[in-house]
Amino acid sequence: MSALLWALVAVPLVSGALLLAAGRAADRLAPGTGLAAATAGTGLAVAAAFRQPETAAPFLDGLPVRLAVDGLSGLLAVTVTGATLAVLLHSAAGSGAGEARARFFGLMLLFSGSMLVTVTAATLPVLLLGWEVMGATSWALIGYRWRDPERARAAGTAFLTTRAADLGLYLAAGAALAGGGNPALSLAGLSAAREPWLSFVTAGVVVAALGKSAQLPLSFWLSKAMLGPSPVSALLHSAAMVVAGAYLLLRTGPLPAASGWGDDVVAWTGAATALSLGLVAVAQSDLKQLLAASTCAQTGFMVLAAGAGARTGGVLQLIAHAAAKSLLFLVAGSWLSALGTQRLRELRGAARHSPAAGAAFTVAALTLAGLAPLSLWAAKDLLLAGALRTGPWLYAAGLAAAVLSAVYSAKALWFVWRPPVPRPGARPVPGGAVASLVPQALACLALTPLAFPPLLDRVARVLGSPGEPAPRPWEFALSAGLALTAAALTWARSARPLPLPGAVATGLAEWLFLERAAGRLLVGPVLRLAAAAAAFDDRVLDRAVDTAATAALRCARWTDRVAERSVDAAVTAVAAGTRALGRRARRPQTGQLHQYLIQAVAAFALLAAVLVLVR
Amino acid sequence: MLTALVFVPAAVALPLFALPRRTPASVVRWVWVVVCAFELALVVTLWAGYETTGGLQYEQRARWIPGAGVGYHVGVDGLSLPLLALTCLLFLACALYSLRETRRVRELAALFLFLETTCLGLFAALDLILFFVFFDLSIVAMYFVIAGWGHRQAGRAALKFFLYTFTGSLALLLGFIGLYLAAAPHTFDMVELTERNPLAGRAAYGAVVLLAIGVGLAVKTPTVPFHTWLPPAHVEAPAAGSAILAGVLLKMGTYGFLRIAMPMLPGSWRRWALALVVVGVLSVLHGALVALAQTDLKRMVAYTSVNHMGYVVVAVGAAAATAGTSAQARSLAVTGAVTQMVSHGLLTGALFLLCGVLYERGRTYDMASYSGVAAVAPVFAALTGVAAFASLGLPGFSGFVAEFQIFTGSLGPRPVATSLAVLGILLTAGLFLRALRQVLMGPLRLPDGPGTPRAFPDIRAHEALAVVPLLGMAVVLGVAPRFLLDVVEPASRTVLELLAR
Repeated sequence: MSALLWALVAVPLVSGALLLAAGRAADRLAPGTGLAAATAGTGLAVAAAFRQPETAAPFLDGLPVRLAVDGLSGLLAVTVTGATLAVLLHSAAGSGAGEARARFFGLMLLFSGSMLVTVTAATLPVLLLGWEVMGATSWALIGYRWRDPERARAAGTAFLTTRAADLGLYLAAGAALAGGGNPALSLAGLSAAREPWLSFVTAGVVVAALGKSAQLPLSFWLSKAMLGPSPVSALLHSAAMVVAGAYLLLRTGPLPAASGWGDDVVAWTGAATALSLGLVAVAQSDLKQLLAASTCAQTGFMVLAAGAGARTGGVLQLIAHAAAKSLLFLVAGSWLSALGTQRLRELRGAARHSPAAGAAFTVAALTLAGLAPLSLWAAKDLLLAGALRTGPWLYAAGLAAAVLSAVYSAKALWFVWRPPVPRPGARPVPGGAVASLVPQALACLALTPLAFPPLLDRVARVLGSPGEPAPRPWEFALSAGLALTAAALTWARSARPLPLPGAVATGLAEWLFLERAAGRLLVGPVLRLAAAAAAFDDRVLDRAVDTAATAALRCARWTDRVAERSVDAAVTAVAAGTRALGRRARRPQTGQLHQYLIQAVAAFALLAAVLVLVR
Repeated sequence: MLTALVFVPAAVALPLFALPRRTPASVVRWVWVVVCAFELALVVTLWAGYETTGGLQYEQRARWIPGAGVGYHVGVDGLSLPLLALTCLLFLACALYSLRETRRVRELAALFLFLETTCLGLFAALDLILFFVFFDLSIVAMYFVIAGWGHRQAGRAALKFFLYTFTGSLALLLGFIGLYLAAAPHTFDMVELTERNPLAGRAAYGAVVLLAIGVGLAVKTPTVPFHTWLPPAHVEAPAAGSAILAGVLLKMGTYGFLRIAMPMLPGSWRRWALALVVVGVLSVLHGALVALAQTDLKRMVAYTSVNHMGYVVVAVGAAAATAGTSAQARSLAVTGAVTQMVSHGLLTGALFLLCGVLYERGRTYDMASYSGVAAVAPVFAALTGVAAFASLGLPGFSGFVAEFQIFTGSLGPRPVATSLAVLGILLTAGLFLRALRQVLMGPLRLPDGPGTPRAFPDIRAHEALAVVPLLGMAVVLGVAPRFLLDVVEPASRTVLELLAR
């Protein structure tokens, strides 16, 4: 049993590391190895989801490595491995011979392996392990084409932003230990901590999750992450990295609620992100940027679900979104390499250029729009039912965000289904790349029944969250009707931009200026502080030491000049005095006997006098 | 066996001078490598025979200056064994790295072997005067390494290093004498001093002795504000010298905290622990911030040492708080501190050797002179990338194991200080990513030689032989740290028991 679980995480991690270590020499083997590992991983994940193994190994003092697969982890593991397989199939069909394929496939495997560690982790240290490695591999993947300074910078932005949020997990670990009741730091026991540590743990976990999931106000890194290769975006936005934060919140469900304030913060951050990033998505003129903003918005629904206690809805949203979004990014990538652009205006008629890819894109975009009877429609209503129980305003915000999804999806569709423009340099989309999209398109359709009884009850049982509110029929009808109306209106208005004041429109197109704000408010001051610290180091601390040394030297010179000379003068004076005395002492030595006699008499007289006086 | 481990390198170093002057340099180089490999094998044997249940082992005593209470007394426990192993590994790496060295090889080899003896002797010493002697001799040997084989301004930097750390060692000696005088009968033996706790109940005396010892060790560690000797020494030192200086010599300071200050002055340590935590946090943040402002790669790495050693100081300070914290947390903090010493030794050693590789090809450490080096030297770029990510505390490498333990163990006792110190890993992430982006990524640009473009060959076999095992060890410690922690954990519990007296 435990071998299964170790194999599940080890297969992608080890094969990925080996590919990376082999380097360019393994370029020809890389697609095959990557696909083999991804296939094996999918099989292992399915097996693990059914058998639900657990395993442990000693790691730190009292903090073992514990991996466990329960219903939630099992579904996530299957999603992760499935999405990895789909993305790798697509990249194997599409990647050129000159590419550094060993590096690409190796990093993709590491990336997906670390996501698997994250979703199977049963304790906080292990989760953090997978969590941070995932961040680092995303850096390497976004900066895959490292010769371009822009991409290198984007990779740094993504890693630093997510790591800033990750600090929350480091602090949460320490606070959970200090809070007591959970010496092994298991994820399930995080809410056992005493106050005030409980709030500390909650804050740490929530911040880390929101950062990883690109929620407000840290959404901007996802816009930059678009500069990575399209297959990277397809995986990063669907089943790894971005959804890791939502997963963490769904996993630690009782924790935010236990603190008394966490669930509201989580739910409303999710709703606010879904709304505002939905508006951002509507305002984009670049397909990949539109999709990226929609990822933030759709992940916002999952976060909302976690905050509203609608675990089943959140998980179904996650899985359905993974299928739709990976497909959308893969097609966008295919169009980018076939037509040389990702700007919506220039993508007119792209769907007609390669009808099969266009059809797949349409299915996924309609799913994203939340149209009935596609899977995201049902999943979203499931989680909005939880929001309705929490409060009508949360439900209204969620519904408004759902309408925005319909608007931006219809906008993308409108452009790609325009009559084609002549494209002299266009290349066809390779057939293998299109074929690999079929399972994801099917998943977009096939997941819908899971949101309805009787399958819904089974899913809820697997996830260990029975008794969550199910939507009433009017809720399903309302959301389907709203989505359809919004999509139809957008289509009818020829996807013209919303009539907004110039400043607002620019703000939305520029992702609410979040990155500029982070640069102004954080990065700039830190860099200035660093420069000041360096100047302080050189001008004050180091100079103080040098001054001390100089002072010692000056003291030595003073000793040499003043003290040494005066001592020497004293010695010379003593010598001179002695010499003078000696000269005087020579005076009596005349060599004449009578004088000696007188001296002797005088001396004896003196002696006698002394004797007499002393006695 | 321990005595052999300590003195074999010095014993080989002396006859090296007896060799005729015409002896080919290659003979000397290989003697150097073989001795270092032998030392590593010896320390592995020691480790294999070490009982993980704890306590001092391989103890040896000899009469030395009995009249003054000074004896030759060596032994190892879970605090010193990892550092002995680290020392042997780093010296072997430096010997391999120097296989292409051409300047006065015989002298360099002899000096490094002598330096190895002083480092091993210090970590094995169980007598304060023996400790002090090795402490000072290591400064002397390192002075000659920097002055003799360094870059342009080496003389000045070496002198600054020597005078600063030597002054620190004098403070240390004063503290030792204070301990000696307090013990009855007078002795310098560490084991006896630890048992007797001579300054229990004498707060003022204890504080003065702790101040003297603390300043002496803080200069060596180095902590803010006693760190300004470090950047010039590193920038001017040859790569192998820098690797040893940062990898081994800095550990002497923090090792002294764990070996001498904490167990021998438990009362004073607990009373003044907050000051240490403050100094530690200042070192973490100041070191990281100043490193972020550097344009010189080697100077940047040097400042990250201040940052990384700051975590150790935070941990040993936080571990002193007894009230309201679990024993597990404190044990994690101390174990994390020892792990951090080993981890920093491996990673900073690797980073300095890689800096040396870069300098050897481009003749400058200025980051702005390079761009896109990955295009011409992919293996070098990969190794540098791995070393940088390991150094910024990525899980899967030893730095994470160390820093996670430190933060998790220190947060309970010192929440504010630890929350501030955690920012350090974000700053280091920023500065390493910036350095990688500047030097390795982007369009290719290399500093020109006089008149002609310089060739920039990828990493050579002997350089890779030196760097790869260090990084490999960091991975092993990051993935399967039990073999190290099994040794360290009993020792850190012992230190904490002694501290709680």
